[in-house]
Amino acid sequence: MKRSRARMLVPLVLTIGLLAAACGSSSSSTPKGDKGGSTSPTTAAAPKLAAATLNGSGSTFQQAFDEAVITEFQAAQPAVKVVYGGGGSGKGQTDLQGGLVQWAGSDSTVKPEDVAKYKGRFLYFPTVAAPITVSYNLSGVKLKLSPQTLAKIFEGQITKWDDAAVKAENAGATLPSTAITVAHRSDGSGTTANFTKYLVAAAGPAWTLGTDKVVAWPSGTQAGEGNGGVAQIVKSTTGSIGYVDYSDAKAAGLVFASLKNASGSFVEPSLESATAALEAATLAADLTYNPLNATGAKAYPITSPTYILVYSTQADPAVKAAIKGFLEFIYADGQKTATTVDFAPLPKAILTAAKAQITKIGV
Amino acid sequence: MRAGFSCPHHQVDPGTFVTTTIAAPSSLAGSQRPPGLITDRIVRAVVFVAGAVVLVILALIAYTMINEALPAFRSEGWSYFTSDVWDPAHSKYGTLAFTFGTVLVSGIALVLAVPVSIGIALFTTEVAPRWLRKPVTYLVDLLAAVPSVVFGLWGLLVLAPALPGFYQGWHDLFSGVPVLGSLFDGQPIAQRSFMTAGIVLAVMVTPIITSVARETFATVPQSQKDAAHALGATRWEMIRAAVLPHSRGGLTAGILIGLGRALGETIAVALVIGSSPQISGKLFGSGDAAASVIALQWGEASDGTYRAALIGLGVVLFAVTLVVGVAARAIVARADRNAGGTA
Repeated sequence: MKRSRARMLVPLVLTIGLLAAACGSSSSSTPKGDKGGSTSPTTAAAPKLAAATLNGSGSTFQQAFDEAVITEFQAAQPAVKVVYGGGGSGKGQTDLQGGLVQWAGSDSTVKPEDVAKYKGRFLYFPTVAAPITVSYNLSGVKLKLSPQTLAKIFEGQITKWDDAAVKAENAGATLPSTAITVAHRSDGSGTTANFTKYLVAAAGPAWTLGTDKVVAWPSGTQAGEGNGGVAQIVKSTTGSIGYVDYSDAKAAGLVFASLKNASGSFVEPSLESATAALEAATLAADLTYNPLNATGAKAYPITSPTYILVYSTQADPAVKAAIKGFLEFIYADGQKTATTVDFAPLPKAILTAAKAQITKIGV
Repeated sequence: MRAGFSCPHHQVDPGTFVTTTIAAPSSLAGSQRPPGLITDRIVRAVVFVAGAVVLVILALIAYTMINEALPAFRSEGWSYFTSDVWDPAHSKYGTLAFTFGTVLVSGIALVLAVPVSIGIALFTTEVAPRWLRKPVTYLVDLLAAVPSVVFGLWGLLVLAPALPGFYQGWHDLFSGVPVLGSLFDGQPIAQRSFMTAGIVLAVMVTPIITSVARETFATVPQSQKDAAHALGATRWEMIRAAVLPHSRGGLTAGILIGLGRALGETIAVALVIGSSPQISGKLFGSGDAAASVIALQWGEASDGTYRAALIGLGVVLFAVTLVVGVAARAIVARADRNAGGTA
């Protein structure tokens, strides 16, 4: 009895071993998000870094990109362990203040009154950008909206799809008399902050709710948790409209509205129109920039930036080298990875400035 | 060692007689007190500490929360409790709509869950054939062990999309009827609403109330039930005359435990209530509840007053639970007095 059990165990152990080996080789040869073979690591020749752990947390908006780029980076630098916990931009900022993480992801810049809470000078590294779509559920309609109309819809002033204001911007489309259901985020969110920031900038007095990570939406609206939650409402409710980040909206198979930008042309959200918006934005000295409501015939107006925050002084030389290596990787191979996970790569001007910023770490 | 010789029969203390005779042959070891009393004291001390720890923890939680929430109380004043405008974008924090939502949703849950729970408990103790009792009991208890997020996701993905048609039917049925007409309404009728959250909560609290109710019903003396039967009572009359009056205290406790869970439930409610704070009696419209707001908005609340305001919601929830619990007990005690103090 004992012997037969032992004999049975041998093939079992072998199979497990083989499976593990198979998994190991496949995951290291085709990193997550690497759909085409064209993005093979070019920095493979870069010097190997010493062992270090880089913990990060923050923005969930950039999480899909971070995870894809971390997988690739660790294939190139096996000694460095990079972790990204998500949790929201606010959490990232407080974690960095408390020294719990070495890097933080944030969609928003640090408020002036919070700067003193940090343990020293910190630097912004813009990584990628992505459009925030205005997705809707109306069969057979290709919607075009001006910021003023968009504001009135989200404020609950326009309640039916066949309202005169919507009709005027969509001549020729057959709009039903369905009631509009506005879908928004139930959790505090950088996406909400950027969407409302755009409305403040573009819609003028038509938008009265202000901008923050949570705003006082009118009653009768519906809220979902996370971009996925809003996408789910839009998908399951006829006549609904909501703001959802590009990759989640694409994954849910939603239809996007074209928005009238500051130059007067209607632009659909796409990675190209997002990069066009980045090109039009002016870069501040600390590398923050505002691509919202950008001008340019092809610029999509609700394009959200996102940053990685790190301290400029790094006590541990291994960590310092690892951070630098990770950021260099983001600005090289990472930019190619971006499009595979539905993020817009940075235009040349920002990229050059960001690479120069890396040298400021540890000085 | 001298004590070893002292014969227990010489000590004529009637209180310790039994213990001493039992313990005597081994060792009384010089102690004047019998060991039974010492263990009694130890147990008493341990139990006292355990009881005190609960109170201390409760007091510390209350102190810390109030302390942390002070900036919000200071900047908002009474309007923190009486205003329904929660607008972080303009630094306005009024919590009344959340308090209202929490109480309303829990109320809906109890209205739906209590009759069903008592029904299940009566079924398993009095009505069901013996072979069916164990499996039904087991399944209901199993329901109590399901994590709340599972109920929430079920509510979100399965229940909520199916409900608007049902809500519309009720709305059409009662439109024009004075109170019910506005109760069964929404603005607009929504998938995620007070009612949807109430239904999900009802499913969650049913097993808890059922469990306590069943245990209570099982303690009703068989003699009382037999007596009722002997007087010619039908099964229902027996339940009404013997089982229910005897169980009033236990049922209240069960309902309060269920209510406690409903008031504090976070994730399941967060997923299905619609997160659109408003004070409205329209059950099919969306609203918001205190615990959900804390969970959903904490992650991105970096501003000091905003954080304080969210912690303050915890204080509000604390107070609501306390007030509702005390009020419910007072009501039951009063009803008992009026009924002649049966329980």
